[in-house]
Amino acid sequence: MERENFTISVYTENNIGLLNRISAIFLKRHINLDSMTASQSEIKDVFRFTIAVKVTEEQVKKIVLQIEKQIEVIKAFYHKEEDIIYQETALFKVESKLLFEERQIQNVIKNSNANIVTVTSEFFVIEKTGRRREVEALYHKLEPYGLMQFVRSGRIAVTKDKMHISKILESFTEEAV
Amino acid sequence: METQTQTVKKENKVATEKMTGAEAVIRCLLAEGVDLIYGYPGGAIMPVYDELYKYQDQLHHVLTRHEQGATHAAQGYARASGKVGVAIATSGPGATNFVTGIADAQIDSTPMVCITGQVGSHLLGSDAFQETDIIGISTPITKWNHQVTKAEDIPTILAKAFYIARSGRPGPVLIDITKDAQFGELDFTYSKCKGVRSYKPVPDTDPKSLEEAAKLIGKAKKPMIVFGQGVILGEAEEELKNFIEKSGIPSAWTILGLSALPTAHPLNVGMVGMHGNYGPNKLTNECDLLLAIGMRFDDRVTGNLETYAKQAKVIHFEIDPAEINKNVHADVAVMGNVKHTLTKILPLIQPNAHDSWLQEFRDYDAIEYDKVIKEELHPSKESLSMGEVIRGINEETKGDAIIVSDVGQHQMIACRYAEFTKSKSNVTSGGLGTMGFALPAAIGAKMGAPEREVVAIIGDGGYQMTIQELGTIFQTKVPVKIVVLNNEFLGMVRQWQQLFFDKRYASTEMVNPDFVTIAKGYHIEAKRVTKREDLQEAIAEMIASKESYFLEVCVEKENNVFPMIPTGASVSDIRLS
Repeated sequence: MERENFTISVYTENNIGLLNRISAIFLKRHINLDSMTASQSEIKDVFRFTIAVKVTEEQVKKIVLQIEKQIEVIKAFYHKEEDIIYQETALFKVESKLLFEERQIQNVIKNSNANIVTVTSEFFVIEKTGRRREVEALYHKLEPYGLMQFVRSGRIAVTKDKMHISKILESFTEEAV
Repeated sequence: METQTQTVKKENKVATEKMTGAEAVIRCLLAEGVDLIYGYPGGAIMPVYDELYKYQDQLHHVLTRHEQGATHAAQGYARASGKVGVAIATSGPGATNFVTGIADAQIDSTPMVCITGQVGSHLLGSDAFQETDIIGISTPITKWNHQVTKAEDIPTILAKAFYIARSGRPGPVLIDITKDAQFGELDFTYSKCKGVRSYKPVPDTDPKSLEEAAKLIGKAKKPMIVFGQGVILGEAEEELKNFIEKSGIPSAWTILGLSALPTAHPLNVGMVGMHGNYGPNKLTNECDLLLAIGMRFDDRVTGNLETYAKQAKVIHFEIDPAEINKNVHADVAVMGNVKHTLTKILPLIQPNAHDSWLQEFRDYDAIEYDKVIKEELHPSKESLSMGEVIRGINEETKGDAIIVSDVGQHQMIACRYAEFTKSKSNVTSGGLGTMGFALPAAIGAKMGAPEREVVAIIGDGGYQMTIQELGTIFQTKVPVKIVVLNNEFLGMVRQWQQLFFDKRYASTEMVNPDFVTIAKGYHIEAKRVTKREDLQEAIAEMIASKESYFLEVCVEKENNVFPMIPTGASVSDIRLS
């Protein structure tokens, strides 16, 4: 089976050790994560991990079951690229003088749909949100001018289909009481 | 967590009592029906031990000689009694010494609650004396773990710990309690945990899966059952027996499924796996339907997965969704506790018999008896075999004893030849293969089932890994029977060196101490047998003894365990020599 890019969404309770527990599942199987982010979800007190990983579908199925097996995990899903809307954010820190010395750089920024978020006399910061290849394209264009700093966030994603987490939570609550 | 605390408080209108966190730990254990715990004191857990002193008439603490021994004793207790085993230790080395036992309990699904002390919360992360990140260390080997830093959290967290350890597929839970949480005060009330949001212990059974399974069973000409510990953990022995007898299906056990069905049951065809019986291994690759009941297709069971039961449809009765299709594809997955699912499927199947198919197992049995078993149980050589010792024990105990085995050749011989008449009679380290398991586990097993005879079968290697627990036996006077099968080798490794490494016996020969003298040093009655004519009498004397007894049997140094499926080979390529 071919390895492909999968995004895993994990809805969890907010527990201090859970990040460790989830990442241990990948570590145990010697699988490298492309990215992992954690944030609030649409439901109060429910957190959401978004994990990007390149594995076979058979592997991702097993991984999702192992994640779901963890006590404080409410539900885990895996998605193919076509099932989700996904983005990453990158920040580029560039020397301010380049704006004047290298006129081309202004066109690069304009054409890339990036935002300038801060300008000081020494540097300015460009923010670019998009898919990996869009961020990478901008990186390659800016890199020859010299980047003071570059950083890219992990993938975040929402699914096209509903995930019914509230319903799942209700079913847990019914059984728990 | 918070929501749960709130509901618990709302439901409980009982007046609260002021006490320290340490006392609350004891009161939680008592509320969970615990009357026996295993442990070892130390700095960070001293407040709890101070309370243990006060509650010693209600809660018996067994001082093991090493924290690893405490975990294995708790495991033995759990496996023999069906209750949750409890072990307690201090922070740092006390906690890290728990690791092997916790990992063993995790892979063998043993319900256990481990409590460790931790440095004060203001010291966390400062590399304080005996500080170790036991939560980080134990995360991959626990069903759940949690660090408590406030006294008031102790009742809710311990209630949750017991609930998680025993529910669904059982497993070990570790609760790490900082010293300030033990000293701190709380208003104590306790109510048992009835559920945890986000955790579904037992999945729903899809009625369609039962129908599909019943249909496949009805059509099958050569069906075969392989059952595991899920039957014992689910207390489904009776349901399994009814199912087997109505369906007439030949049934094999995995190593952890041993004793869930009597050895002598006419449809019991023995053990599957690397050193299992010839018939069930061979016929795994000839059956047309494989029913896996409460087992997880460990690689020691399946051999090479590429050639495992490919011709068969597979029905998997399982409580843990993560086990479905993990190693072997299931054509039908019947989710749920097997006690429930076997009850539900029984009326859906027709009474049947598979006599000629069963005969195929018996034909293989005859070959195995001729080529392997006869010589193992009734050796023609002068030297003693491990098998004849087990046969001798069978004769004296009539299959009523709990057999606790360690890991290695003696374990395989014990599991192959020990006879069982009742469930929960086989306590062994199956998944992790932990040498040193048996001696402390036997202590726990005897305390968990005091009315039963407990015989530990141990090799000379594994025995020396936890030999210090003789001190626990001496101090508690727990009447366990210890049999060391001494071949002066790490026998299983030596066997592999002989078969796969051209007899290069690297570091497997043991120069052993005088085990009888050591046992006597602990005031345990002890005997050594070197000759066949003394064997049965010595076993009889051991079994008749009302106190603990140590029996060393000097056996043939270079015997091999057969049959054997070499690693990476197919189950049907099982070797008889």
